[in-house]
Parts: sequence; structure tokens; C-alpha cells
Amino acid sequence: MSRKIEGVKNVNENPCNMCMPMGGILALKGIEQTMVVLHGSQGCSTYMRRHISQHFNEPIDVGSSSLNEKGTIYGGEKNLKQAFNNILRVYHPQMIGVLTTCLAETIGEDVERIAAEYLRENKLNYPIVTAPTPGYGGSHAEGYFFTVRRIVEGLAKKAEKNYKINIFVSNISPADIREIKRILDLMQVRYTLCPDFSDTLDRPYVRPYTKIPEGGTKLADIAEMSGALATVQMGMTVDESISPGEYLREEFGVPLYTIPIPIGLENTDIFIKLLQELTGGVIPLSLQNERGRLVDAMIDSHKYNFEGRSAIFGEPELVYALAGACIENGIMPLVVATGSKNSTLCTLVQDLSAEKGLDFIPEIVTESDFKEIRGLSVAKGVNVAIGHSDGHYLEEQENIPLVRLGFPIHDRIGGQRILSVGYTGTAMFLDRVTNTLLAAKQKSYRQTMYNKFYRGKEKSEVAKYELLRV
Amino acid sequence: MNAELSAIELSIKEREDFIATKGKQKKQLRCDAESIAGCVSQRACVFCGARVVLNPITDAIHLIHGPIGCASYTWDIRGSLSSGTELYRNSFSTDLKEQDVIFGGEKKLARAIDELVAAYHAKLIFVYSTCIVGVIGDDIEAVCRAAMVRHHIKVIPVQSSGFIGNKSAGYRAACDSLLSLIHTEKKISKKPKSVNYLGDFNLAGEAWIIRDYLARIGVTVSTVFTGDASYEELKTAPAASLNIIQCAGSMAYLAKQMEELYHIPYLRISFLGIEDTAVTLRNIAEYFEDPEMQQKVEILIEEESRKVTDELSFYRKKLEGKKAAVYVGGGFKAISLIKQFREIGMEVVMVGTQTGQPDDYDTINGLVTEGTVVLDDANPAELEKFMIEQGANLLVGGVKERPLAYKLGVAFVDHNHERKHPLSGFVGAVNFAREVYSTVCSPVWRSIQMKTPWGE
Repeated sequence: MSRKIEGVKNVNENPCNMCMPMGGILALKGIEQTMVVLHGSQGCSTYMRRHISQHFNEPIDVGSSSLNEKGTIYGGEKNLKQAFNNILRVYHPQMIGVLTTCLAETIGEDVERIAAEYLRENKLNYPIVTAPTPGYGGSHAEGYFFTVRRIVEGLAKKAEKNYKINIFVSNISPADIREIKRILDLMQVRYTLCPDFSDTLDRPYVRPYTKIPEGGTKLADIAEMSGALATVQMGMTVDESISPGEYLREEFGVPLYTIPIPIGLENTDIFIKLLQELTGGVIPLSLQNERGRLVDAMIDSHKYNFEGRSAIFGEPELVYALAGACIENGIMPLVVATGSKNSTLCTLVQDLSAEKGLDFIPEIVTESDFKEIRGLSVAKGVNVAIGHSDGHYLEEQENIPLVRLGFPIHDRIGGQRILSVGYTGTAMFLDRVTNTLLAAKQKSYRQTMYNKFYRGKEKSEVAKYELLRV
Repeated sequence: MNAELSAIELSIKEREDFIATKGKQKKQLRCDAESIAGCVSQRACVFCGARVVLNPITDAIHLIHGPIGCASYTWDIRGSLSSGTELYRNSFSTDLKEQDVIFGGEKKLARAIDELVAAYHAKLIFVYSTCIVGVIGDDIEAVCRAAMVRHHIKVIPVQSSGFIGNKSAGYRAACDSLLSLIHTEKKISKKPKSVNYLGDFNLAGEAWIIRDYLARIGVTVSTVFTGDASYEELKTAPAASLNIIQCAGSMAYLAKQMEELYHIPYLRISFLGIEDTAVTLRNIAEYFEDPEMQQKVEILIEEESRKVTDELSFYRKKLEGKKAAVYVGGGFKAISLIKQFREIGMEVVMVGTQTGQPDDYDTINGLVTEGTVVLDDANPAELEKFMIEQGANLLVGGVKERPLAYKLGVAFVDHNHERKHPLSGFVGAVNFAREVYSTVCSPVWRSIQMKTPWGE
């Protein structure tokens, strides 16, 4: 059966994850007219901006309290307040999100107190949301959900029932978010989706340029999330303590439905069925046809896919959804890995494998790195890798083709446009994987067969043939 | 705008001294200061500076003592090439967690070093400290010393806690580590006509191009700091008879120290652009007072220039009169870019750096025309403002600046450590012009001017 590698590691070789504030920035970028400040040294914000910017091909402005030696010794309060001042001056945001870093947490900064004091001193009634996100406290995946929770904690007020549905999405692409919204509209669902970076991190070219992009979840809508009919959270692997849906359930009694990211037929079915149950609406014919086309596509490519032996890696939530999508198509996941610490993922994938009676046993590793993922992939005979572009050594050095998906995508363009959710998105995802397998085969099969079977031709045989022809 | 904010004054006064327009202000531009909180500086940190300088050393283990982010964000993001091992392309981290922060990370670091030595048999390990290491007080010097005794290899600490200064402090930390690496008590016999080439990181093979030029004029390169350098090669550095130094921002300190310690004089040089490359080669030959070498230099210049003249003049015709904005890391790069743009008929209307020094800005001020905006440690808002006001057709910068330029409908040239084509020497000058041409003259800019079907 599946196995989880335990034990303390002293070295991480080629990380498969990033740090908490990174996820926090992504979450805050999905909130209307919001600016982010990292409380820490200047490098953190710059490195993360660079990383995010390269994935989305968008300007990513993130402030920093630029802590120096003095601030580190005597406290960074002055720096953080100055940062608030300057951010407000230049960006005029409607909200500021403050994330801490290793440095701020280690010296014990109380950002919530500093923010409250700043507002009091300046007589401002203004939303500042804080999230303690030390880099050593978890990966970007946890940072993301925790920050979404902190946003909801900060903004949601007791509200009248509004019969909307809250949708919390995990870190999927802007194209994925747009697809989720299209499906919600098709099913005539009234919703608040959070965080919505479908426009803010994939903005159209328009003039004049604005420093903060249009779009994002509206602050007023978040305030009313407490009055929703239900919360749907794409967060099967998300711990209660960092779950925004769990907060709304506990605090305001909003029923919480936890589902996988709708990648794959079954995962999408779960999403659609839940929406139908919650709203009592009908599933429109066009969506039924999309499902039909996906099933048709699955049949068309099933034999090619069944030759697929995959390694899947990335954020736990994405990895779980992808494992399901791969299994139902026979692209057997031999290696399932995440850099995050997440035992729920292990249990979920084990259960899934048991339920489907797999012929192959997936190796599930958490808190992993690319040394491990690479080693396991080679040892187990993986022939396709699925994940973000930090896995590119698999391709470059082990000749295992990489289907790029997730965050970050550094070495290709268009990370923000990769669509993989819903019936149509799943079909597109599947085509990308199938075509990668086909391309590898077409590139190599002539040589492979030659090496395997050709043992030379008798010269005489050839000569005889030539004679006959004459 | 939120009405609440009217209480806050709407400009950043503290930034004013860092921005000047040539011909307008008499005062000295402020630079080399700490970034102002909340200004969205484009600068990175001390650790970044140190890693940039040391990472190209190919046969070293680069171990980052800290939480995972620092290793994630700097893994294999630069285009330094190796002629041998690829060990340097791995990002090793002690991946400190909450428990380590509470109880200290020294033991974990020692175990990490042991594991890495066993796995990779490297002769050299750099151990980088990060922000929290500086705060929790891990004594990485002691851990490294003990590991050296245990394994009989070089284990060198790099004091690069992020908050102890800016990127320049990181350069200095890296140079200190390099000095400790090349340190020797032995008597040095000087190799005649040999140089160390400082401040080239062999991006897309740039150091190889220069090695070839120098070989052709009869000069051997002992080692490059640090492009495609190896441990054994670096150790030969004290025996060189001259240091030539390109990226002065990162390497001037090292050159000065080597002059004091090993009596190696240094020349500031630049292999960026036709003009600078020719001047540099002539200066080196002049330094060695060797007429034969001087002759070889002229032959080389003549041969190489001939290869590129036609293509360059094609680009020049296409680009004449266009305006460039420059925002790069260091002063050296900014200065050579101003000259390079001149070579292809373009004028620089805005120029800034993250870590330029006062003398860099003096040189810049001398090179640019009246009305050019010069700025230090700029932010996106300033870059946006001045690119628009100055009517720039093109921005030169790094990854973070690129999407801003594109969103403003401005062409862009990557002049960062990720590029995959060399910009050094004669061949580099053509690559540079070609890149400028490929972005400034792209048909895309016509498309964005088109009226939309709905008439906007």
C-alpha cells in the first residue's frame, strides 16, 4: 500500500514549495483595490514580486517595511507605519493587507496592534487586514488559505441572509477562476468568489495604466459572506485552523461544503451536483454537452493515456485534484508529492487509490523536495510529470516530459492562461497530457523499435533481393 | 479614492533627493542609502547580493541556512554557464522550521553539511546566513570551522542576513568570503601577463568570449570572479599580475583588498559595447607595455569589428532617434548602456540604478544629455511617471520591470542575469542591438494603436 516518508530532513535539495507570505500575497491580490505590505526586510517582497511577476506577466507591486538592523533590534513599528503612509500616498488603496515574514515574527512584532494604533493616530476608519505568515511557519499553500481566512475574519460582519453562495478557490489560474465563474453564471448561481484574481493578475491591456488593477472580490461582498446560504470551499486538504469556510461556519453558522478543485470528470461532477443541490436550479443543456464532450474525449484518448505513468507535484489541493483526474484516465500516478506538510493529502490519495482498486501503488510524499521527486520518478519509471516549472530538471536531466500546471511557471509564457477546471478545462488538461505522451512516443518509437528488434540484415539476403529486382 | 485618506499628504517627500533632472538641479543626487519603507523599492537584500556574486562558482555547494523561501526564490534563476560540473545549479537549504527557530539551527546546519559532503564530495561549501539566522544568533562561523576540521574541505560562511544592509552589503559579504577562500600564506610567484577577470558571471558564456579575446592577444586569465570559476582556479588568483574589473559595484572592494594583500593592481574595464571593448583591449595592452600585444589588439579589433559593422548599421538606421529608459542594478551597467545606446543612435532619457555609488552617478551625469532624469532606488510609480513624461520608447530592466513597460506599451530589453544571449564583446554588441530592434520595431506596437471595433 501507499507509504508516507517520515523523519527529519536536514537538507532540502531543490525546493518544491515556497514560503507562507508568498501565498498571502496571492490571496490579497484577489481582493478589490488592495495593496500588500510585507513586514520584514526588503528582499522578501522583491523576491516574491519577481516570482509572481514572472508567472503572471503582470506588474506586481508589494510594499515592504524595509526593516534594517535598527528596526530589527528596537522593533519595526516606525518602519511599518511609514510604509502605511507611503502606500496610501502613492496607491490610494481601499484596503491594506499586512503579511509578516520570518524576521518580523522572530523579533516578535505585533502587527495587529501596530495597525490599530496607526489607524487611531491618523483618525482613520480603514480596513487593514493582518496575517502572521513567518516563512518558517509553513508553505505558500498554507499562507494562501490562512490569509484568505484572515481577510474574511477582518471583513465579514453579521449580515442578513442573502442567499448567495460563498466560493473559496484554492490557488488556481486566473483562467480557471474565469471558468468557475462562467459555470456559476451558466447555472444562474448568485455567488461571492474569493479571492478573485482572475482580472487583477491577468489584466487586459487598457490605457491609461492604473497602479492597482481593476477587479478582485469586492470588500462589501466579503462583508456579507456571513449571510450566505452556504460556503463551497475547494479545500479537501485544508486544515480547519486555516480554513476560511470553517471560520464562517463557526462564527456565523454558514454551512460548509468542502470539495476538490473541479479538475477531472468526477471532481467536476461533485462541483456541479453540489451547485444544483444548493440552488435547486437546472443544469443547462450547454453544460450537459460540455460533459458529454469530455467523456467523448476521455474515450478517444484512453489507450494513449493508459500508457501514462505520472509524477504529480505541487500544492496539496491541486495535487489531490490532479491525482483524481489522472486515475480516472489511467494516467497512473506513481509519485504524488508536495513540499507542504499535509497528512490529509496522504490519507485522501490512499483512500482514492483503494477505492479505485489501482494496479499501481502511488508513492505519496509530503514535505518533499525535487531531489526526492526526481529520484522516485526515475526509480518508478515515470513517463510524464505534471506540475509547476520548478520540476524542469525532470525534463532537462531525466528526459521525463513536464506538463506545466500550477504555480510558478517560469520557463514558459502564459501561466495565467492555463485552463484545467470544469468539463471543458479538464478536456484541455487531458489533451495536454495525452499529447505530451504522444509526442514522446512519436519522437522515440522508430529508434526504440530499431534498438529493440533490429539485429542486422544478411548481406546475401539483400543481394538476392536486388538480383530478383533486376 | 477613499475619502478617508484625505488626511494623508499625497507625495513622498523623502524620495525627492533621490531624483534629479540633468541641467536643473545643482545638488548631488542622494544614493547608497537605505530604502524607504512602503516605497516599493525594486531592490533585493543582502543575501541576494551575496548569492548573485558567489553562485556562479560551479563546483561549490551553495547551502542556504534559513527557512525555505530564500532557497526557493533563488534556485537556478540565473544564466551563469559552466564548462564542467553543474553542482551550483542546485539550491540547498536547511529549511528551518519553527522548532529550529526556537531551539537554534546550528546542529541542523552541521548535520546538513555532513550529509552534503557525503553525497557530493565537494571541496567547497558556501553557507549563507539569512535574516532569522542573524536574529536567533546561530554561530555559523563556528559551525563552518568545525565542519572544515571534520571534513578537510573549505566550508565558508557568508554573512548575508537580509536586514543588515542592502544588496551592496551582500556584494561585500561575498567578497569577504572570496578573500577567505583565496587566502594563502605561501610565497607567491607571479604569472606574467596573466589577469583575474572580476565582475563577470559568465551569463550565456560572456566570460568565455572574453577569455578568447584575451588569449588571442597573449593574456591568460587565471580566474574569473566568478563566472564558470572552480575552487582550484580561484586559488590561483593571488598569482595573477593584473586584476581587470568589470562590474565594479560588486567587485571594487575585492580588487582593492587584493591590491593590498597580494599587490595586484587593477584596471576598471568594460566589455559592453564596441567602443568600450576596443578601449579595454587597448588599455590592457598598454598596461603590459607590450608592442606585440598592442599589434594583436589592433588586429583583433579590426577582425571582429568587420564581422559586425553591417548588421549594426542596419539596426542603427532603424533605431536612430528613439528614446531609451534604463533601470538596472548597478552603476557599471547603467553607464555602459548609455554608451551602447549612443552606438545605435538612441538617446537615454531616464536612467537609474538600485545600488549605484556617488562616483557612478557623477559619471552618468557627465554622459547624459540635458533633461535626462536620473534616479536612485526607484519604484514602479516613479518608473511609470518618468517613462511617460520623458516619452521613452524602450525600457531596459529586469523581470519585475518588464510587465510594467509592456502595460505602458513600451518596448523592453532584459538586461538581467537570466538572459540567454551574451551582451559582451563585439558579438554581444550585435546581440544587444538585435534585441533592441526586435522589441522597438516589433509590429505589435502597431496593433496596440489600432482602433477597436467599438471605436476606442
